[in-house]
Amino acid sequence: MQRGKGMKFVGDSRIKQGPTVSRIPKDYSEYPGRTEAFWPNFLLKEWLAGAVFLIGFLILTLAHPSPLEGLADPTDAAYIPLPDWYFLFLYELLKYEFASGNYILLGMLGIPGIAFGALLLAPFLDNGPGRRPHQRPIAVGMMLLGLASVIWLTYTSAAAVDWESRAEANKPVPPSDDVDVVIDTDHPGYEVYETSCLACHGAELEGTAAPALYGPEFDHTAEEIADISVNGIGAMPPDQFTGTDEELEQLVDFILSVNESIEEE
Amino acid sequence: MLQKIYDWIDERIDLQPIWRDIADHEVPEHVNPAHHFSAFVYCFGGLTFFVVVIQILSGMFLTMYYVPDIENAWRSVYYLQTEVAHAQIVRGMHHWGASVVIVMLLLHTLRVFFQGAYKKPRELNWMVGVLLFFVMLGLGFTGYLLPWDNKAFFATQVGLEIAQQVPFIGDQLKILLAGDASIVGAQTLTRFFAIHVFFLPAALFALLAVHFILIRRQGISGPL
Ligand code: HEM
Repeated sequence: MQRGKGMKFVGDSRIKQGPTVSRIPKDYSEYPGRTEAFWPNFLLKEWLAGAVFLIGFLILTLAHPSPLEGLADPTDAAYIPLPDWYFLFLYELLKYEFASGNYILLGMLGIPGIAFGALLLAPFLDNGPGRRPHQRPIAVGMMLLGLASVIWLTYTSAAAVDWESRAEANKPVPPSDDVDVVIDTDHPGYEVYETSCLACHGAELEGTAAPALYGPEFDHTAEEIADISVNGIGAMPPDQFTGTDEELEQLVDFILSVNESIEEE
Repeated sequence: MLQKIYDWIDERIDLQPIWRDIADHEVPEHVNPAHHFSAFVYCFGGLTFFVVVIQILSGMFLTMYYVPDIENAWRSVYYLQTEVAHAQIVRGMHHWGASVVIVMLLLHTLRVFFQGAYKKPRELNWMVGVLLFFVMLGLGFTGYLLPWDNKAFFATQVGLEIAQQVPFIGDQLKILLAGDASIVGAQTLTRFFAIHVFFLPAALFALLAVHFILIRRQGISGPL
């Protein structure tokens, strides 16, 4: 076999070498119109177009961080499922009477099957010689009809969703059970905590009726904790703690020690 | 130095024909936006490929953190989103790329369709293209589950219920995808991960290779 440099490659020696055919393409000047070499002229311009596209794409990415909802909870019966937007038209189709219930196969396989089957076989269904759209009105008409249906179905499906409240209701919750709280029940302040605070702030300070006493939201100095215990804050009424100054000190120390045990991790 | 390396390789495998097949061809006037601005419609295929490359690269980096099991999948994505430097951008590229690639595919398909570019001799390449479209939709469907958040879980559950209603093979089809007849869970996530990361990309690469070889062999369709 003759290649560009006239080299002979080691092949099957039982096969005779045929007449050589030049694979070198014709000179560009022989092509009609203002042609341009792909390499390097055209590729360079393509790079520029690609760079502009990439910038637009990166702006989109930066302006809209990709969404993440809460960890999947299979027991959440109230959740309304929704596919990604490019499947919405198929999803919406199944809501029509003639495409659901007894006719589910029509909506699931029949209609999409015919549409995508026709798309796959388009060259054989539309097999006339003319390439211009007006020379093949049926094919073009069907495509416009299909396209309009897909756009319409996607639009009706998307318009029925309240995207903002959906996103608001499904914000991801940081995995809080990762926090390992060490409760030292022998701490002298624990007893005070148990009698005065536990009912609302929980056995592990995790918060039940009242907020948790640790975590990023809980940011108080020892004086503030003591003050809140006695005087209350916000919805927390005053005089939750009614003991001696020494007990107050032990209580504050206990709460702070739990916070320190978390920070150490 | 570079020339020497090139010569060394060229002496052994005769690079020039390979190189010619890949890059040495003329770009006709009617597809060159520098001559006719409306020729930008011919860019859609190339831009689709560009987004595919973005998807592959960003996806490769995502798998460096992502863990495909139901205990950790969501956590690894959350960690990626909140803690890892620049990971929000990488995940964002993969997330938005998945949508942009569908838009580009649609535009490319419409260009080919309305120009009648699928007519003889390009019927085969059109069908390869439609298969590519299906593969991309499959990648979108399987990738949607991977973060294992609520929208992922419930959308997949609905999708699998629909698959189950296919006559005759429905139940088997569902088991094949979900790994179990009734549970959408650990098995499902593992399978979707395998399909998303190995099976469909393999099909994608094979089809893309055929698509590009056919384009180079047949050349771009002439002006209308
Ligand atoms: C990942 C998906 C795809 C990629 C990366 C891709 C890429 C390309 C590229 C770069 C071209 C050269 C011309 C141009 O850019 O317009 C092309 C041509 C072509 N594509 Fe695609 N394509 C994809 C999917 C499709 C689909 C979904 C179809 C049809 C349903 C399709 C059908 C064709 C045909 C028939 C041609 C030849 C057109 C002509 O010669 O004028 N391709 N493709």
